[in-house]
Amino acid sequence: MTLVYLLINGLQIGSIYALVALGYSMVYGIVKLVNFAHGDIIMVGAYSTWYLMSRFSVPAWLAALASVAICSALGVLIEKIAYKPLRKSGRLSLLVTAIGVSLLLQNTMQLLFSANPRMFTNIFTGTVTIGERQFSSATTLTIGVSIFLMTGLTLLVKKTKIGKAMRTVSEDNETAQLMGVNVNNTISFTFALGSGLAAVGAVFYCCSYSQIQPTMGSMLGLKAFVAAVLGGIGSLPGAMTGGLCIGIAESLTKGYISSQLTDAVVFGILIFVLLIRPSGIFGRPRNEKV
Amino acid sequence: MATRLLKKTSFRYALNATAAAGLYIVLMALIDAKVLNRYQALMLIPIGFNIILAVSLNLSAGFLGQLPLGHAGFMSVGAYAAALFSMAVNLPTNVELPLALVVGGLTAAVFGVVIGLPALRLRGDYLAIITLGFGEIIRVIILNLKFTGGAYGLKGIGRQTTVTWVYISVLVTLFVISTLIKSRHGRAILSIREDEIAAEASGIPTTYYKVLAFTVSAGFAGVAGGLYAHYLSILDPSSFGFMRSAEILVIVVLGGLGSLFGSVAAATVLTILPELLRGFAEYRMVIYSLLLVVVMIFKPSGLCGRYEFSLGDALDKFSMLMRGRLPQKQAPAKGK
Repeated sequence: MTLVYLLINGLQIGSIYALVALGYSMVYGIVKLVNFAHGDIIMVGAYSTWYLMSRFSVPAWLAALASVAICSALGVLIEKIAYKPLRKSGRLSLLVTAIGVSLLLQNTMQLLFSANPRMFTNIFTGTVTIGERQFSSATTLTIGVSIFLMTGLTLLVKKTKIGKAMRTVSEDNETAQLMGVNVNNTISFTFALGSGLAAVGAVFYCCSYSQIQPTMGSMLGLKAFVAAVLGGIGSLPGAMTGGLCIGIAESLTKGYISSQLTDAVVFGILIFVLLIRPSGIFGRPRNEKV
Repeated sequence: MATRLLKKTSFRYALNATAAAGLYIVLMALIDAKVLNRYQALMLIPIGFNIILAVSLNLSAGFLGQLPLGHAGFMSVGAYAAALFSMAVNLPTNVELPLALVVGGLTAAVFGVVIGLPALRLRGDYLAIITLGFGEIIRVIILNLKFTGGAYGLKGIGRQTTVTWVYISVLVTLFVISTLIKSRHGRAILSIREDEIAAEASGIPTTYYKVLAFTVSAGFAGVAGGLYAHYLSILDPSSFGFMRSAEILVIVVLGGLGSLFGSVAAATVLTILPELLRGFAEYRMVIYSLLLVVVMIFKPSGLCGRYEFSLGDALDKFSMLMRGRLPQKQAPAKGK
């Protein structure tokens, strides 16, 4: 494998991480919660796409869109039922609830579809030739769609009214409420958006790894989370950069060191960043007030 | 008269020691009389090491007020250290196992210092994340080392863990951690939980106490790991992933952050519960996770909150009731 292929592969998996990391980052920015269930939303997205396609032979694009809708709805539902009642109580109980929801999703899926891995047929077959090199269309589509979605998201957050509401709520929840921002709707919208992006990430992930199982979300989620922290949790450009960095680092480790050590390298990067600059690349350091 | 006696620390120690010995005799009698069948008697061992894991995590999560998510990492260090030690030496079981547990605990404690020093500079969520990272790295490194057996796992560890040794380990853990919390050092640790800045301003060396609590916590996780290794006789790195850390955290939080009694009770219930639900094997993990979410929504402080059970206090209340004097309303007295 040449360096170029490794870099392209890294960009591919990196853009999936970035899509998932955006969800972590937005949710953290707005409710200060490390949403452990986010990784499992990816898994739900993968399963719903697979199920619609294999059981009802729904066309791939429709199945993907449907799974985005399912995941968005699920994200909002989880927020309303599990996180909203705990918004006022401590961070720790919120975090434990998130872990509980994550376990619940995994085990429900295991109950419904068994723990055995399922084969996911690649939707995007064929190759694309750029210059002298050939890339699979899954790779190019993943990178292309991710760039498109990230640009769209940045515009949404920067230019629209709901984007402004999201920024104010993450700045100061109570003041935003005093200024007439509907905090509950904004939080729900953020969860829907994040979960929808996770579903997109899930579809692309399945196309390159072709296997789905109920526990697939936890490691993917953890790595995306590392990406969000690396970029600076709460910051959107940070989540994107972090995702791409993690993806490339992982791919280079696989190519040049050992494929077994990728996880160690990813978490090593995390620890290094946290020790040198805990607020991440783009994050603003938080000053503590007495 | 009885009341005054009950307030004496030395008497309370004697009382608790007697109760512990009594409970041990009862358990052994139940096993010998076949009231507990072989399978149920074996269940006492996982209950025991889960108690140790939960109580030790409670020290850093409930009493120090930090949120470490890498407890399984320390457990795995202890497990491998203890297993490799007992496989290397050849001593009589009753000497070898405790030595192996000490080795496991000390190794895990060393890792606790090494990881704690950098990690504890961070606070809140960041501390949680960095400990999670360390936990995963420990697992991956064990997976890639030769002498730990790598992905095939470490096989052929002597099955030396007995109910007696588990019982002794649980007692030692509970004794050390509860006396630590009641000591001067423990008050320093609690003050960090209540307000770290105020504690620092009052002259408490916060870094020292944070690392101390973290290290003790890691050390006992290592002891639990040692018991685990000699119970299963095979170690597999994949069983020490993030989910294991999460499970221990679930026990601690359900029992109540800052309640040793809660940790013991929750560890016991949550170890037995999945076995009882075995009839609904398919549904048991669903029920278990649902239970967790529901408890969190309706009682976020955990089932026991910060309640502590004290045999001395209970007897004290009882003797007052017997004499028709209702106990005055006051904050539960600490066993001083």
